Amino acid sequence: MTSKTLNLTLKVWRQKDARAKGKLVSYPIKGISTDASFLEMLDVLNEDLVQKGEDPIAFDHDCREGICGMCSLMIDGQAHGPDRETTTCQLHMRRFKDGQTIVIEPWRARAFPVIRDLVVDRMAFDRIIEAGGYTSVNVGNAQDGNCILIPKEKADRAMDAASCIGCGACVASCKNASAMLFTAAKISQLAELPQGEAEKHRRVLAMVAQMDAEGFGGCTNTYECEAACPAGISVDTIAQMNREYLGASLSDREEKELAGSG
Amino acid sequence: MSFDARVPPGPIDRKWTLCKNDLKLVSPTNKRKYDIIVVGTGLAGASAAASLAELGYNVKAFCFQDSGRRAHSIAAQGGINAAKNYQNDGDSVGRLFYDTIKGGDFRARESNVYRLAEVSASIIDQCVAQGVPFAREYGGTLANRTFGGVLVSRTFYARGQTGQQLLLGAYSSMARQIKKGKIKMYPRQEMLDLVVIDGVARGIITRDLVNGELQKHEGHAVLLCTGGYSNVFYLSTNAKGCNTTAIWRAYKRGAYFANPCFTQIHPTSIPVHGDYQSKLTLMSESLRNDGRVWVPKKKQDTRPAHAIPVEERDYYLERKYPTYGNMVPRDVASRNAKIVCDEGYGVGPTGQAVYLDFEDAIKRDGKEVIRQKYGNLFHMYEKITGENPYRAPMKIFPAPHYTMGGLWVDYHLESNLPGLFVLGEANFSDHGANRLGASALMQGLADGYFVIPYTLGNHLATAKLDKVTTHHPAFEEALNAVRGTIDRLLRINGTRSVESYHRELGRIMWNHCGMSRSESGLKDAIEKIRALREDFWKNVKVLGSHAEFNQDLERAGRLADFFELGELMCRDALDRKESCGGHFREESQTEENEAKRDDANYCYVSAWEYQGDNQVPKLHKEALNFEAVHLTQRSYK
Repeated sequence: MTSKTLNLTLKVWRQKDARAKGKLVSYPIKGISTDASFLEMLDVLNEDLVQKGEDPIAFDHDCREGICGMCSLMIDGQAHGPDRETTTCQLHMRRFKDGQTIVIEPWRARAFPVIRDLVVDRMAFDRIIEAGGYTSVNVGNAQDGNCILIPKEKADRAMDAASCIGCGACVASCKNASAMLFTAAKISQLAELPQGEAEKHRRVLAMVAQMDAEGFGGCTNTYECEAACPAGISVDTIAQMNREYLGASLSDREEKELAGSG
Repeated sequence: MSFDARVPPGPIDRKWTLCKNDLKLVSPTNKRKYDIIVVGTGLAGASAAASLAELGYNVKAFCFQDSGRRAHSIAAQGGINAAKNYQNDGDSVGRLFYDTIKGGDFRARESNVYRLAEVSASIIDQCVAQGVPFAREYGGTLANRTFGGVLVSRTFYARGQTGQQLLLGAYSSMARQIKKGKIKMYPRQEMLDLVVIDGVARGIITRDLVNGELQKHEGHAVLLCTGGYSNVFYLSTNAKGCNTTAIWRAYKRGAYFANPCFTQIHPTSIPVHGDYQSKLTLMSESLRNDGRVWVPKKKQDTRPAHAIPVEERDYYLERKYPTYGNMVPRDVASRNAKIVCDEGYGVGPTGQAVYLDFEDAIKRDGKEVIRQKYGNLFHMYEKITGENPYRAPMKIFPAPHYTMGGLWVDYHLESNLPGLFVLGEANFSDHGANRLGASALMQGLADGYFVIPYTLGNHLATAKLDKVTTHHPAFEEALNAVRGTIDRLLRINGTRSVESYHRELGRIMWNHCGMSRSESGLKDAIEKIRALREDFWKNVKVLGSHAEFNQDLERAGRLADFFELGELMCRDALDRKESCGGHFREESQTEENEAKRDDANYCYVSAWEYQGDNQVPKLHKEALNFEAVHLTQRSYK
């Protein structure tokens, strides 16, 4: 932990509220320790701004340990900044050079409207989960956990997909603002597990429909989402979702045809 | 005001069954006539909201985050305990109960703790059914690990992300009920007051954090599931938004605050590195399963760790506690780290750290096995410190982490204010003076999935609940009080930032009401807090207006409550002239400098009643009666 200090220029997106027109504003900032986190650097700037009587910069953050998914900054055009598998709150200033200019913007997507400055509304993600990202099991229904045997490999794959923190970096990094990786992560998790079996067709159809209804774009396989994902979710989940979707569509059609002929 | 814990009669292992038999039920068709307010969507809140909606109640759920999935339960890494005895190693409900009550240093209510152990196994089953990807063995069965303070393997886990996976399970159950229209979700809303009508909790006042609008919400019951108050220390492992405001405002409306001084200092956090630091990051205690804690035998030894030969290292936990070694409970591990650092054996640039070393484990099991167990934690450590723990030992130091104190509740999880229920970390009930690892997740979900669905029905079926609307004068009065506080904060327009006040309060609390407390230190702290608080209300600088997204205003309001809470914590610590669990009173120690409990004089729950601003609160005592266990001094030697 050999600590040095940096002098930087920040260009930060300022926007009063959802309707206001926003713009980038420059702030010089001095004496930032390389051991500070990116958000601690913004804390320092905000204290300076308050002292000067200027409105501090609004940004979302909470756990500051990389797990809650609340922080969400576009740093020099990269969601969560330059480090792989790292949220903004876990990005540290030792990653930057003295004298550097850093551009900080909010997530940009039609489905994620700006609330203020760097804060956006990500409730579209919640609505995708509400469409089917669960198993329909009431409290009191459950059998003993060991009655469902799940091979380690399958449990591990489910866990890989379940690691999604719902931050929205996949959407922000995608040129189409597609939410495929987010949606696919939940579908894959439940597709790997026997508990998800009963509702798998209904789930994938409903979640994909909701994703489209929210105004997210389509996937054109550029894999920016995977590169930006702080939880390391693989694009394999998207392939799995597409298989599930195809299977569900075919079976849906068969069921309709059977219902029609019967 | 009533102060009856309502512990059911009968032998301890029959109490919950007998209680459930006696509880009044609400008929299925009537459930839809009841509106239930749930504040907070962590494990306790999300599980309660989902379970109650499944039963047919109308639930309104509130959280200050942008989504119900982000509450700080998500950060719990290590695991969740359950008395499944899958390992055939002698575990049982009775043993989990005993470990928890002993771990809490006999300052928890026996009946509540037994119930917690009793429902623990069902929690795992429910979470598995939701699709929570717990770790599995090759044969497909659930895997377990061991955890600090116990001798059996009963902890279930999902990599280092157990809290996240359990919360996503509860959140998905909530999502299902939101879709069905049984839960109305209010994200980015903060509760700022409790509305009490004729002595019964009937609603809340909230602020919409996006546009600043104050709202009135009425209900037939209010559930506070708002977590703990470790952020009173400013630097803690809690998320930045965690606060005491909901329970503090309820306290000021008459709910008793129990054992406020019982806080937990977690032994394995990444050490402090600078003044600008905004939070402390925890490394899961499960690391102590394989890591060995040591400091150099020589004071102020500045050699790098690998250059210090084994015979010049003091593995002080293994030396002092040969039975438990590195697995002693959290309070013992934390206090010993502080002792060695205070004596000058600490490592790192500040001298405020000890080593947690995986060298032997890596030699024994290989790097790959260690990576599988702790990979994400090692990754996180390297991100934050820039050091690779596969090569050099981690540096760790204790950090405020969890608060065992909280609003007083009876066996039904109901506070002394009828209709106000408190679940999870926000209540005081299950962990006594110290919480064992992997028990917080268990308690949050036990309260939400398996206790409140029963006890809430009894309240609704038996209380006389006249129809009230938000036009009732009590709602107006509460709303005006909230508006008054906000306006007052914005009018000050002083010179000093909210954060700087919070840091100073944190330093006072850490120095005087942290790991070790003394009469003179606590008295000093009360004076300092009062002076700082007075200065805050004259000199704080909060910009902007109330009718907009204003994070500084949010923080200022929360800090105003932390000042008052901090003083109450010191008062409570002052009253308790014994050492117990996480509460170490310097005046009460054994000849070997271990904590000395005083059962003759302090075997009670302190329940504080608000008496008005700047008035000394009134102390009520709930005597703790132990029928099933015999009180012993804890020994982990």
